Amino acid sequence: MSKEKKFTKAAIAKDMRRNWKRYLLVLPLIMFYIVFAYLPMSGILMAFSDYKPKLGIFGSLVKRFVGFKNFTEFFGSFYFWRLMKNTILLNGWSLIIGFPLTIILALLINDVANKHFRKTVQTISYLPYFISMVVVCGIVVDFCKTSGVLGTMMTALTGKTQNLLGVASYWRPIYIISDLWQGLGFGTILYIAALSGVDKQLYEAAKIDGAGHFKQLIHVTLPGISQTIIIMLILRVGMLMASSYEKTILMYNSQIYDTADIIASYVYRKGLMDGDYSYSTAVGLFNSLINLVLIVTTNKLSRKYTETSLF
Amino acid sequence: MDSLSLSFKGDKAKEKTVFYTPKENKIKSSIPRKIFVAFNYTLLTALAIAFILPVMHVFFSSISDPYWLNTKSGLVLAPHGINFTGYQLVFNNKDLVRGFGNTIIYVTVATVLGMLITIIGAYVLSRRDLLFADVLMMLISFTMIFGGGIVPSYIIMQKLHLLNTRWAVILPACVSTYNLIIMRTAFSTVPPALEESARLDGAGDLTVIFQVLLPLVKASVATIALYYIIAHWNSWFQASMYLQNRELFPLQLVLREILIVNDANTAASMSTLDAVSDANAYKQLVKYAVIIVSSAPMIAVYPFVMKYFESGVMIGAVKG
Repeated sequence: MSKEKKFTKAAIAKDMRRNWKRYLLVLPLIMFYIVFAYLPMSGILMAFSDYKPKLGIFGSLVKRFVGFKNFTEFFGSFYFWRLMKNTILLNGWSLIIGFPLTIILALLINDVANKHFRKTVQTISYLPYFISMVVVCGIVVDFCKTSGVLGTMMTALTGKTQNLLGVASYWRPIYIISDLWQGLGFGTILYIAALSGVDKQLYEAAKIDGAGHFKQLIHVTLPGISQTIIIMLILRVGMLMASSYEKTILMYNSQIYDTADIIASYVYRKGLMDGDYSYSTAVGLFNSLINLVLIVTTNKLSRKYTETSLF
Repeated sequence: MDSLSLSFKGDKAKEKTVFYTPKENKIKSSIPRKIFVAFNYTLLTALAIAFILPVMHVFFSSISDPYWLNTKSGLVLAPHGINFTGYQLVFNNKDLVRGFGNTIIYVTVATVLGMLITIIGAYVLSRRDLLFADVLMMLISFTMIFGGGIVPSYIIMQKLHLLNTRWAVILPACVSTYNLIIMRTAFSTVPPALEESARLDGAGDLTVIFQVLLPLVKASVATIALYYIIAHWNSWFQASMYLQNRELFPLQLVLREILIVNDANTAASMSTLDAVSDANAYKQLVKYAVIIVSSAPMIAVYPFVMKYFESGVMIGAVKG
């Protein structure tokens, strides 16, 4: 960054005189963020009131202020621990399994010397990413039904004829495997780009020093992409509570709420299905705040210990 | 937050992405190395098969004999009695055809509008001499990690009287912060001398953006255009929140009904062909056909645009 900017009156006046046309040009963008990001943020106030549409967001806050009642109600409810557990387990397992697998797959692809083979593997593994989530879930539903490909397979294995999406204990494996199918290949793009940026002379030097392929991997390749790995990790951890509820909402059903219901899907049900606006806003806010703390903390830790950070 | 920057390979220099591959022929490969290479090729082949298998299953099923299909369990690895009735039924289904039309409208309008706002905004925010550029960028980036949530968003859309209109699908999703950052980084990598010389010739901001700078950041423009198109084509959640009127449903919402929500009703609405007496028999077939038809546009395009993704975005170059 160049020199510090000073927001003195004179500086602002000069900036406005010189750049007013540019501010005019950026106005649509600013309007977009005000209307579709910051106005909804003001809606958070609903969490502290008993919202009545007639009174509006601010009116409800003034006339029907309830403090933290919606929050304490949620923390005390039967749902709280189940939702916390399901949210953390689903996203935790996704991260623990998906994150290293993506890196390993990128390393394996990068190691392939035959150009055509590599290109083919990449093209095929990216393909599922371009299929929409609705269709992917449609395929999962089809595969998991009693007469579906996986359904009949599991019938043969367990002797029980059942729709796999109706069994609570199968939910997380189904979710994670379908996630891997859709996103694993595409996730490698970033790492493969990072791998291509590793200085080739380092490999030459390592070879001269007598390092084999494994040692090159440990001492050259991994350090070379460590920054990318850390940033992706921060992003993933930061998304731990926010990751795709769309898929949950598409595929889950009341039979398997025990494992499938997560905070975000609960907010969706309570807020948009039942119309319990204030309560669900409070639950959603709780989720967003945890998320914010997570991303800021991981970023701080990373900055401290690895000198790599997102912001 | 401001220092979050994405270095972009395709733009600056036309460097080709060079993959480093160990040169096998230079040094004689050791035996463990040979074993590993064989293992690697086998594993990747197996993985590629696993990735493609469900797609093959769906495709072959969609052109098979429906009665045979209903008795078949397990993967369909070759079509049985080629039959295109499924596709005929798909194109005869009013909901689906309308869904296609709506999606094309949403994708086109949202992408064009989004690209304009993103490109112009990114240019302005990339100018170092703008006093408020960094502050604005910080406020914008903040929305990536914190937001009001779905219920407040819904209430705001209600207050703006946008519910149940096409704008409810187009507007809230038309700018992506991620794409804005890509574009802003791209603009800031162009040497300022180019802009300055155009300014001396009397060019205004818009001329500078669209005639001087844009040709230099083509790869970034292509990348974010792709990201927008794919995101809009595949999006369904906002539409499901904000739309009740079936006339406005995008393709993905129609697909959700057919593939996930109610397979019972679908069969009935599918029996538009006189020849089809047993609608139930065709239910499966239609599902597979509709998956292929709806995914085909994106799948057909992506091998050609893959290079943009590959040379494309890379988060890195983080200034601490």
